Amino acid sequence: MNTPHQADVQLPSRERRQAEVVAALCEALPRSTVLFRHEDSTPYECDALTAYRISPMAVVLPETETQVAAALRICHRMGVPIIARGAGTGLSGGATPHHWGVILSLAKFNQILKIDADACTAVVQSGVRNLAISEAAAPFGLYYAPDPSSQIACSIGGNVAENSGGVHCLKYGLTLHNVLRVRGFMADGEPVEFGSQALDAAGLDLLSVVVGSEGMLAVITEVTVKLIPKPQLARCIMASFGDIESAGAAVASVIAHGIIPAGLELMDQAMTAAVEAFVHADYDLDAAAILLCESDGTAEEVAEEIARMEEVLNAAGASRIEVSCDEAQRLKFWSGRKNAFPASGSISPDYMCMDSTIPRRRLAEMLREIEGMQAKYGLRCVNVFHAGDGNLHPLILFDAAAPDEMRRCELFGADILETSVRLGGTVTGEHGVGLEKLNSMCVQFAPAERAQFLAVKHAFDPLETLNPGKVIPTLHRCAEYGKMHVHRGMLPFPGLPRF
Amino acid sequence: MDSREPALARLIDRVAAARAGHAALDIRGGGTKVFYGEPPRGEPLDVTPLAGISCYEPTELVVTVRAGTPLCELEAALEAQGQCLPFEPPRFSERGTVGGMVAAGLSGPARASVGSVRDHVLGVTLLNGRGEVLTFGGQVAKNVAGYDVSRLMAGSLGILGVICEVSLKVLPISRAAATLSFERDEIEALEQLRLWASQPLPMNASAWHDGRLHVRLAGAAAAVSEACRKLGGTQLAPDAALHWWSSLRDQTESFFALDAADVSRGERLWRLSVAATAAPVKLPGRQLIEWHGAERWWRTSAEAREVRAAAALAGGHATLIRGDKSAAVFTPVSEALMRIHQGLKQAFDPKRVFNPGRLYAEL
Repeated sequence: MNTPHQADVQLPSRERRQAEVVAALCEALPRSTVLFRHEDSTPYECDALTAYRISPMAVVLPETETQVAAALRICHRMGVPIIARGAGTGLSGGATPHHWGVILSLAKFNQILKIDADACTAVVQSGVRNLAISEAAAPFGLYYAPDPSSQIACSIGGNVAENSGGVHCLKYGLTLHNVLRVRGFMADGEPVEFGSQALDAAGLDLLSVVVGSEGMLAVITEVTVKLIPKPQLARCIMASFGDIESAGAAVASVIAHGIIPAGLELMDQAMTAAVEAFVHADYDLDAAAILLCESDGTAEEVAEEIARMEEVLNAAGASRIEVSCDEAQRLKFWSGRKNAFPASGSISPDYMCMDSTIPRRRLAEMLREIEGMQAKYGLRCVNVFHAGDGNLHPLILFDAAAPDEMRRCELFGADILETSVRLGGTVTGEHGVGLEKLNSMCVQFAPAERAQFLAVKHAFDPLETLNPGKVIPTLHRCAEYGKMHVHRGMLPFPGLPRF
Repeated sequence: MDSREPALARLIDRVAAARAGHAALDIRGGGTKVFYGEPPRGEPLDVTPLAGISCYEPTELVVTVRAGTPLCELEAALEAQGQCLPFEPPRFSERGTVGGMVAAGLSGPARASVGSVRDHVLGVTLLNGRGEVLTFGGQVAKNVAGYDVSRLMAGSLGILGVICEVSLKVLPISRAAATLSFERDEIEALEQLRLWASQPLPMNASAWHDGRLHVRLAGAAAAVSEACRKLGGTQLAPDAALHWWSSLRDQTESFFALDAADVSRGERLWRLSVAATAAPVKLPGRQLIEWHGAERWWRTSAEAREVRAAAALAGGHATLIRGDKSAAVFTPVSEALMRIHQGLKQAFDPKRVFNPGRLYAEL
């Protein structure tokens, strides 16, 4: 049996280190909050990016802020990397453990501390699930707007770390736009607050940098979010298009007419076929692309907006238009879109979800490029697209068990990301860089920009204790990636961090 | 942006020279916000040669514009396409620039409903204190590649670098708008705003002053007319409404003006940014409330200490806008936050070339 103090025999260095770290943690924290046996820490080996697994030295499950601070102080003092983890639903490996590090799980920070219906705010602990906030606010006619697809499971702390979006962010903004204040701890365990109860705070807008920093600048334990009045009504239009170009043009036309839909989503034909088989929502299988266009607000507002949307979509050449007549039908329209990922899982043993954003007007061009890549890499790809804000989620289908498919899939993915940057976009719209997109960061940012990111990291965490090795690729890594890229060579284990 | 471009190359040379000579640079656009923040120091660095709209595709709802471009020029270009900067940045004169708008981070009457300057920044190209031209963010609304350095520039008062170009999210101009006026005292007005803000109403701006509450509704025509019916009050004529909101946005309303006599009496103009639902702030003097209660302007001769205490009690902070600036302009931050501020200053501008002391003396 492993006990923290059995270090009298000559152990390999990692085991010795683990014993030291576990001993220090157990001294300061209740024994029940520290996991270090392999069978206990195995569930923390990865987040939703399951291709990358690393066994952490220990997992800490603090129950109080005092315990969070204590764990941080110990790790900081001992130079042990510490990785905050929410619900583990992240898709880019932001919570992937470090071989020499400790996972700080905030799962027990699951209390909604206050719903202030007057101020339209909620104060919640960082482990609270996204959807739980809206559920708690519902009796007051309020809700929390950002709704990532994983909202049933993902935590608000993780949303803050990733600056998560969702299908409604064109109208209602990202996490940053819906968070007033976060409270937490610096790497050395010092308590800190960013933002305030007011609409701004004194000094530099540090909240902007902390939101979306993937747990690399501070550990967040409490979040004050804005709640907004729930719209009285929402209706959705489902429009079919005979080709991708006219669907793309229809999106531009909606915006050009001064309409900001509550949601504006596009699925290509392959995706539609996959979800139809999965949810049976009567999607138009002949359409090259399907647009979902939603309006919300008061009954009068929605009636006016839906009429204008219909007019614009018809003029843009929609081949079929259906407007939801009640809530059940609206949810049915959305069911396919919301189940795009599981549906992909049902038609392929594995899939890899990309997350780049491109200027909307380049959509058709991008989809044509992806079509070419399917032939080039010998893999299929289905597409869902947050058309309103240009965020594309191509799902590359592959079979990890088949020889070479994983490698080709990764090259395919890298190609999509590089094409997105070339078209004026970005390598990640909402899933974060984590480990997965480190190489792509080399493509999007010049060395001086990456050095500036690192300098920002050091302003918060000079010893690089918090989630080191994520988001910012080293110069060495980019040089190597560049070399391999030039030669179109095979990248062995591209996901592995190279410290 | 290409650093070989003459206007930018000249700025890079100036920064190199300042760094070598341990000199300070005072980043200048139109000079319309010199009054804001701690007094500028150093040699003026004129950014206005970096001018022009680089890219504007209305259907993308994004505009990319050089920092020295006059704000009025940008607004005219947007208006021609039926779009706008929904956060209504103040225009202290026609010379005000887009770079100054971002660096000052000030937003107007609609801020509580639509978000701030910060919320609409999508990307920035900046010149840091090492003379490097760096681009962060981009021209798309959803972008989480790397830390959000571009939004950090909003309200930074130029202490981290020279904003060269910025991409902003823009929105269509509302199809309909109406301004309603009500007779209310402060307590009634705050209570009323609290109630309305928690309902699905197209409330876009509000202001209380001298016993009158004004509310602007904006959105779909049907929603605005329905809300007008529901809220009651007296509707302002469109011209009068436009004049009223502009006078708040641009601070031309007489409430915001301090003359020499006011100043000699020790009167100052303060901006208190507080929790919207905070109880009435108790200070001597006169008050104007915006942002559904979250922004409370005070003309008062109270001590700075007293004003800051009142703001803290209301869950916020106070900024000294006009009048005798012997007191600190901005509310000091905690020690932990100041260490981060200093770390960031070091990270972007290690030789303290840009706008030293403009935000805090330590930076």
